[in-house]
Amino acid sequence: MVRTLLVRGLWVGLIAGLLVLGFAYLFGEASIDRAIDFEEHAARAAGEPHGAELVSRSVQSTIGLAVATVVYGVAFGGIFALVFAAVSGRVGHHGPRVTAALLALVGFVSVSLVPFLKYPANPPAANNATSIQERTGLYVAMVLISVAITIAAIALGRRLIPRFGVWNATLLSIAAFVLVIAGVQLALPTVNETPADFPATVLYQFRVASLGSQAVLWATLGLLFGWVTERNLPRAWSAHAHTATPAR
Amino acid sequence: MSQAIASPTLAAIPLRVPVRELLPWAIFSGMLLLMLLYFVGAEQGATAMFSGSYLHEFLHDGRHLLGFPCH
Ligand SMILES: [Zn+2]
Repeated sequence: MVRTLLVRGLWVGLIAGLLVLGFAYLFGEASIDRAIDFEEHAARAAGEPHGAELVSRSVQSTIGLAVATVVYGVAFGGIFALVFAAVSGRVGHHGPRVTAALLALVGFVSVSLVPFLKYPANPPAANNATSIQERTGLYVAMVLISVAITIAAIALGRRLIPRFGVWNATLLSIAAFVLVIAGVQLALPTVNETPADFPATVLYQFRVASLGSQAVLWATLGLLFGWVTERNLPRAWSAHAHTATPAR
Repeated sequence: MSQAIASPTLAAIPLRVPVRELLPWAIFSGMLLLMLLYFVGAEQGATAMFSGSYLHEFLHDGRHLLGFPCH
């Protein structure tokens, strides 16, 4: 059963990665090119020598981007399937389609949107290359904290259901999530390294494209994985009926 | 879920994978998948298992657009 779900997650992730590639190429590459123009212009103005390219721009923006997005999609697809296997029938008693859609929504907010609000994606030349260690540490910490608070908020919501009902318990747990996340984001250090003359439209367009790519990823994972799992449910269920416990 | 017991149709029964079946998969493939994410997002960036910067340069646009810290 887990193997079936995992393999499904991987190929759904592959498709999601390809869609992310298309989206990122169409909406993100132009702003990367413009950011690199800015970078080269600034380097020339400062009299820095033009360094030899290890990988050409045309490879970076096509095959390089494709490998990155597809591997990213496959990895997230697999993780999505494992988390789906863990929460299905335990957190809420929905069918696969609804469970996968809700999981994708929660994943988007928790893994993509919340970290983006504090440490948004940046185009080339919008940060100091020298601070990459510090920024990576903060970004990873933000993702892990966000996921941990999400799990805590869901656990809280489930405990509140008997007293307040599903609707109010959900609202209360979302409110608790927002409050704690706001506190954490206020406490974490701010990164603001973007040069004053960096073009604002490039920054804006790049960030919208980046967040859009995340939305494409999670929407594809949630909807496609849920649809295929729902369709294959009777077979999967009967193969497993002797070990699995029906919902309470 | 009293309604589910009253009419136990197949679609109303959520899929539930036993923990002891899930755990080995979650640990081994979970680690592998996280390693993949590490290679896409941070190898030859913040930390490096391999020397050089070819991987960083090759995956460069993806790193920026997927939200990983870069330059
Ligand atoms: Zn970069």
